[in-house]
Amino acid sequence: MHAPDGFINAPVSAAAGLAAAGAIAVSLRGARRELGGTSRSSAAGSGGERTAPLAGLVAAFIFAVQMLNFPVGAGTSGHLLGGALAAILVGPYTGVLCVSVVLLMQAVLFADGGLTALGVNITTMAITTTIVAYALFRGLVKVLPRTRRSVTAAAFVAALVSVPASAVVFTLLYAVGGTTDVSLGKVATAMVGVHVLIGVGEAVITALTVGAVVAVRPDLVHGARGLRQRLKLRVNGELVDAPATSEPEPVPVAARSRRTVWITGLVTSLVLAGFVSFYASANPDGLEKVATDHGIDQKAEEHALADSPLADYGVEDVDDARLSGGLAGVIGVGVTVVAGSGVFWVVRRRRTDDRRTAAEADSGSPTDVGV
Amino acid sequence: MGAGHAHKLYRHGHSPVHALPPHTKLAAVLAFVVVVVSTPREAMWAFAAYAGLLGLVAYTARVPAGFLLKRLLIEVPFVAFAVLLPFVAEGERVGVLGLSLSVNGLWGAWNVLAKGTLGVAASVLLASTTELRELLLGLERLRLPPLLVQIASFMVRYGDVITDEMRRMRIARESRGFEARGVRHWGVLAKSAGALFIRSYERGERVHLAMVSRGYAGSMPVIDEVTASRAQWSYALALPCAALVVCLLGWTL
Repeated sequence: MHAPDGFINAPVSAAAGLAAAGAIAVSLRGARRELGGTSRSSAAGSGGERTAPLAGLVAAFIFAVQMLNFPVGAGTSGHLLGGALAAILVGPYTGVLCVSVVLLMQAVLFADGGLTALGVNITTMAITTTIVAYALFRGLVKVLPRTRRSVTAAAFVAALVSVPASAVVFTLLYAVGGTTDVSLGKVATAMVGVHVLIGVGEAVITALTVGAVVAVRPDLVHGARGLRQRLKLRVNGELVDAPATSEPEPVPVAARSRRTVWITGLVTSLVLAGFVSFYASANPDGLEKVATDHGIDQKAEEHALADSPLADYGVEDVDDARLSGGLAGVIGVGVTVVAGSGVFWVVRRRRTDDRRTAAEADSGSPTDVGV
Repeated sequence: MGAGHAHKLYRHGHSPVHALPPHTKLAAVLAFVVVVVSTPREAMWAFAAYAGLLGLVAYTARVPAGFLLKRLLIEVPFVAFAVLLPFVAEGERVGVLGLSLSVNGLWGAWNVLAKGTLGVAASVLLASTTELRELLLGLERLRLPPLLVQIASFMVRYGDVITDEMRRMRIARESRGFEARGVRHWGVLAKSAGALFIRSYERGERVHLAMVSRGYAGSMPVIDEVTASRAQWSYALALPCAALVVCLLGWTL
């Protein structure tokens, strides 16, 4: 469902637009790596000449497949949304790009979805579905046995969850910047309820489609790359491993600096926390509201941190409620980032230490191992 | 490509609106929609004024009203949704024709309908006075990442090809006596979708190789640099500026 203009208010639309722009910028870099960069190894630095034609054709495919009608019965029919399918078939970055481009062209050409709501639409339908679907899919494929059937099953679950997840994100955006006051509970129930149904259809179609592609060209399914079998030869009635080809595996992917990704993420979260909460409605959020309505919070005891300087998402001694909320958001993001980076840093340090000791043990001499 | 090189949404003409550089038109439409969205919903007359402004543009562009109204039909699902709003929204209620409607819901429905319709109308005017290729050039001029514009242009260029491929698959299915009637037939349709993906991806690989063999190295050469003079900019931005005046009046009055 494409949100039209005027459904979400202007500040939240702008913030969603910024988030979408950030995600697309990250995806543009990621897609170059996903689609194999250049065909000429000498031009490795420039990169990405394969990206435009391949991603463009995949976008055209998604655009076309959205017109393929799947009859549900009784004269109604549904169609694929394609976020999960794109993520599994071509990878998350390319998936985000393709669905975003489809949404952009739909908004500009067919007036399907408002121009100011483009950020909201990309955030819910391109970014959320793709990321949720891909994360789930990778997780499941890792856990399940390495067979074709488990790829199909993982695709089913990924698509099933991705659609309601996008409905949840839409409801959140609506909660912050909705222009009508339909109660949040109703919106959430309606959106998630309907989208669970849609999700079931999407899941069946996605799983069947991924199954069809895996059966014919398993090498094209990005999410199932790890499942490739070694080539075997039958020599004198026995199966023998084929001699390894001289071509190295196209693995070195994440060798690039993460700094830009990191900075983009940080800026986005700061903008969201500071700017959006600045404009967020002062009403309590849905859960709190349900709680007050039903008298649940009478029983709720004050949180142990209730008189910490950041209690209830506001900075003490700052009178302006909005400013204080925004500040609290920014500080919260800052603390989260510092804590997260700290954990990450510690883990990485320990890992390198382990590797170093292992290397020293192996070689028997204290060589300095470059990391 | 049987239908010529213009897409069916474009309406050929030689009006002053057609002649404007694409990026000025894109910027104008975007600014206009932003202004419309940030207008308070209580200022009903302001939306009438916006509609009048768009009517003026349509008249200058010689886009007939029937064409415009027919294209507005894309909005119908949202009209249905907006009609629901007065019944489900909260707040004080008012009796109209024996129905109990929420005042807030009525305002909300009006808000979504008015702003949505104006947005759709502006986009339709843009698409019917700007050629597809120009639109992409305009997006590039507006500093959209070139890679994104390239992806969009490939999508637009091969969209019809892929859709045709899908149509041929449907004809092939039907000529073998297949008719999808319910959930049981989804397997066949999904296999078609899978085949369509493989064909699209492989076509992408072939297109890439064909382009590389003709010297493509990651960016398209710019053949026709579109530039806009100051007069053209001011002419295009007359629409959002007029809308901004209306919007400010709507906030103050």
